[in-house]
Amino acid sequence: MLDKNGIAKRIAKEVQDGFYVNLGIGIPTLVANFVRDDIDVEFQSENGVLGMGPFPFEGEEDADIINAGKQTITSLPGASFFDSATSFAMIRGKHVHLTILGAMEVSENGDIANWKIPGKMVKGMGGAMDLVASAETIIVAMMHTNKRGESKLLKKCSLPLTGVGCVTKVVTNLAVLEIKNNQFYLLERAPGVSVEEIKKATEGTLVVKGYIPEMEL
Amino acid sequence: MINKKVNNVEEALIGVSNNMTFMLGGFGLCGIPENAIAELVRRGVKNVTCISNNAGIDGFGLGLLLQNKQIKKMISSYVGENDEFERQMLSGELEVELTPQGTLAEKCRAAQAGFPAFYTPAGYGTEVAEGKETRNFEGKMHVLEMAYKADFAFVKAWKGDAAGNLIFKGTARNFNPLMCGAATITVAEVEELVPLGVLDPNQIHTPGIFVQRIFQGEKFEKRIEQRTVRSRS
Repeated sequence: MLDKNGIAKRIAKEVQDGFYVNLGIGIPTLVANFVRDDIDVEFQSENGVLGMGPFPFEGEEDADIINAGKQTITSLPGASFFDSATSFAMIRGKHVHLTILGAMEVSENGDIANWKIPGKMVKGMGGAMDLVASAETIIVAMMHTNKRGESKLLKKCSLPLTGVGCVTKVVTNLAVLEIKNNQFYLLERAPGVSVEEIKKATEGTLVVKGYIPEMEL
Repeated sequence: MINKKVNNVEEALIGVSNNMTFMLGGFGLCGIPENAIAELVRRGVKNVTCISNNAGIDGFGLGLLLQNKQIKKMISSYVGENDEFERQMLSGELEVELTPQGTLAEKCRAAQAGFPAFYTPAGYGTEVAEGKETRNFEGKMHVLEMAYKADFAFVKAWKGDAAGNLIFKGTARNFNPLMCGAATITVAEVEELVPLGVLDPNQIHTPGIFVQRIFQGEKFEKRIEQRTVRSRS
């Protein structure tokens, strides 16, 4: 079974040379730490920066340079700053290759819910609805089950949706799954996790074809 | 040169009154019009609608207007990190309209650019699309979103001149350039109001035509919401 860093490490393998990538808040942010350093990748933050770098050294924080999580960051050589409409033009216009974000629920037809729990404080969708509606490729990083042990990979989402039919890949603490033909296709198992365990933790339709290898991290 | 310069924030906000709709630039606390907000608090205008990506934090930014119960309605994409906001929203004192961030940006830009509405895929199939026209373009469903209408836009830039030309810094740009010219009157506050001719016309982010009033802010606190650093070792 993987921890959050393990999930991020596995997702980092999906990042290819020449990709522009938008990372959501939470596990997705960790992906930047594990991307191979022999490939060229630029990270976009939807508040208006492309070519995002690491956190600044202490004393070098700049209130005018933050990421979408409102954290102080740096920009790398070749970076650019832009307004929010330009930022979402990059996203809506499919210029950003890969979006990685978290979710509360994903359904077997690729619907995603990650912004609202009715009856609880609603903080808003931020850029998530724009990202999921338009991204070329969306990878969801999430735990396979919730704190009560209930599956988050469902036949149908129970929470208000962020987007419909948009998720193509899910990486969880238990498995890598592809979504197509309204089904979850099991591609890889997390180290030490059996196909049976994944079946038990998946409420949506799970397709297991042939031998399912363990993830290489 | 058409002179947009006003002497101070008091002069810049002449005409502001109760029940108006304001646009306010900024992402979190980054690039917010601190001086205009302080003046709105001082004037005590009530019952206003604010279009702003976020609603500040307790005790700073739009949080100051919330604390004074001056806001009737917030139109934002994300409103976390604000206890007073949460209290007013849950008690029904405050009306909240949540809008996807890219849609919010484009609704400002559409107002600036003279488009009454536009189609976007964002929010299709979600509660954001409820009651809105939808249309299929090349096999993908889109939602019709209307341009905003506002009385005042309050924006913050790094440098500006008396012609109203603006240059922004870093990610403090965000929604600010999109709100210029998207309201009846655009008020720009800048960190440095420089003499005419100092700004290189090739480097202007927002041409002065979109700005009606410009002033140098008395002070900018520029609070940091999440101070994240790495160690030097």
